[in-house]
Amino acid sequence: MNPDLRGLYQEMILDHGRRPRHFGAPAQFTHKLDAFNPLCGDRLTLYATIENGEVKNAQFDGKGCAISVASASMMCEEVEGKSCDHAEQLFHRFHQLVTGKQEAGDIGRLEVLAGVKDFPARVKCATLAWHTLEHMLKGDREAVSTE
Amino acid sequence: MTASVSAQTISTPTVDIDALRAQFPTLHQEVHGHPLVYLDNAATTQKPRAVIDAISHYYEHDNANVHRGVHSLSERATQRMENVRNTVQRFINAPAPEQIIFTRGTTDSINLIAHGFARAFLKPGDEVLITGMEHHANIVPWQQACELSGATLLHAAILDNGELDLDDFQRKLSSRTRIAAFTHVSNALGTINPIEKLIGWARAVGAAVLIDGAQAIAHAPVDVQKLDCDFYVFSGHKLYGPTGTGVLYGKREWLDKLPVYQTGGDMIREVRLEGSTFAGIPHKFEAGTPHIAGIIGLGAAIDFLHAQPWAALIEHEQQLLAHATKLARNIPGLQIIGEAAHKACVLSFTLENVHPHDIGTFLDFEGVAVRAGHHCAMPVMHRFDVPATARASFAIYNTFDEVEKFINAVESVRKTFA
Repeated sequence: MNPDLRGLYQEMILDHGRRPRHFGAPAQFTHKLDAFNPLCGDRLTLYATIENGEVKNAQFDGKGCAISVASASMMCEEVEGKSCDHAEQLFHRFHQLVTGKQEAGDIGRLEVLAGVKDFPARVKCATLAWHTLEHMLKGDREAVSTE
Repeated sequence: MTASVSAQTISTPTVDIDALRAQFPTLHQEVHGHPLVYLDNAATTQKPRAVIDAISHYYEHDNANVHRGVHSLSERATQRMENVRNTVQRFINAPAPEQIIFTRGTTDSINLIAHGFARAFLKPGDEVLITGMEHHANIVPWQQACELSGATLLHAAILDNGELDLDDFQRKLSSRTRIAAFTHVSNALGTINPIEKLIGWARAVGAAVLIDGAQAIAHAPVDVQKLDCDFYVFSGHKLYGPTGTGVLYGKREWLDKLPVYQTGGDMIREVRLEGSTFAGIPHKFEAGTPHIAGIIGLGAAIDFLHAQPWAALIEHEQQLLAHATKLARNIPGLQIIGEAAHKACVLSFTLENVHPHDIGTFLDFEGVAVRAGHHCAMPVMHRFDVPATARASFAIYNTFDEVEKFINAVESVRKTFA
């Protein structure tokens, strides 16, 4: 594979794209929010159990490209068990990472998605799940759109 | 690999594709280190040197506003622009040049008609019939028109192979149908609709007929008088011409009674502060300074096409489609969306376990430009239960070698994601 392309489709992304973790609707949840990317028609639903300022569980359902599915899968892994404040901070740093606007700092293995910043058309794929999470944390109940 | 079938066996000796390609500057570049293979022609076509030169020539020599100056440049600009009206008239065999309205594109043309119908010809109880395979540009304006007027919007279904359900179309036509608006060729499926039949049925119930010719105009000659449609609309940029140019052809009786759309300068007869009277056709629909350079470019595009062996090139496009379809069928997990018996050169497909956007990005790195997404036809995506498709669409300048590069690239995407 072309090295630039490999920067976008790292093995971990392909792996999460093929076999997403935290996938499917859970039996119980306190929060549910739909998201839609009108650019490509992708839909995603984020489910979470949020209690006492903590994201106790996060799962997602839907269809999307490898980037959006991998990003959602890794996001759910990262935020589960974390405080809402921490999740919120992670959203902002992740957003900086993939838009390349400023140094995102150490962001752990989410770093594998940094390649997205070189593909402006794909930034929305990577951020769809994260925008949904952010809206959920803010208490929005309206479906999220990337537009 | 599946694409090893020799291209030589299906060459078209009557056309010199290399010489044709030499006239399109954009085609001669590398993308990510590979020669560009441009297969997004249903989105927009590349422009021949003749079109680019015509636009430059206008700005370098004739630039002036039209229809208002007495000076030489204005007369020249007016003459050159109005000549294009005649060129378009001949191109689609319209009865008279004033039945050619210049617009910004297909979307603008349809909005003009839908707006006029909402204002003057639709009322509660009336019906507008479209199809399930329309581009958003032939759906949303009618939704708005029906919302404003109280009329009802109906649509004819699509069959599993991507063809229009003709029985459903006929069932949904009635004496209540004021206008039937449908696409000549589906941008998402490639289906060529049997518009002669559809027009006949619609006219039999007294409905007006609008044909969205955006995807058809570059791939087959159109004769609006033979078709006997009330309106035929298309864009210049899918016809090797500039973006921001479009055409609305209408029957004179309709253009005369259709209310004005945008209003302002150039479309009036007399303006008093108490009220205004409007110009006749075509100018009553052409408010403001038009895209003069673009229209001149459109004329150059049509002249360019006339200078080519178009019939042979249409055959060439069909062979490209047939070759691509044959090779695509051999790729495991590839599903072609839209397998109508009569198709324009559009190959829409999905690949098992690979999202179309990933296909699009991968192909770009092989230099292959395709469209990935819903193609502004979300109802078609819903109908086939896919979020999106990848779409390769061919034009006169594409080659069999390019088809095989495309197929090889798709095969390599499949292996990466397998």
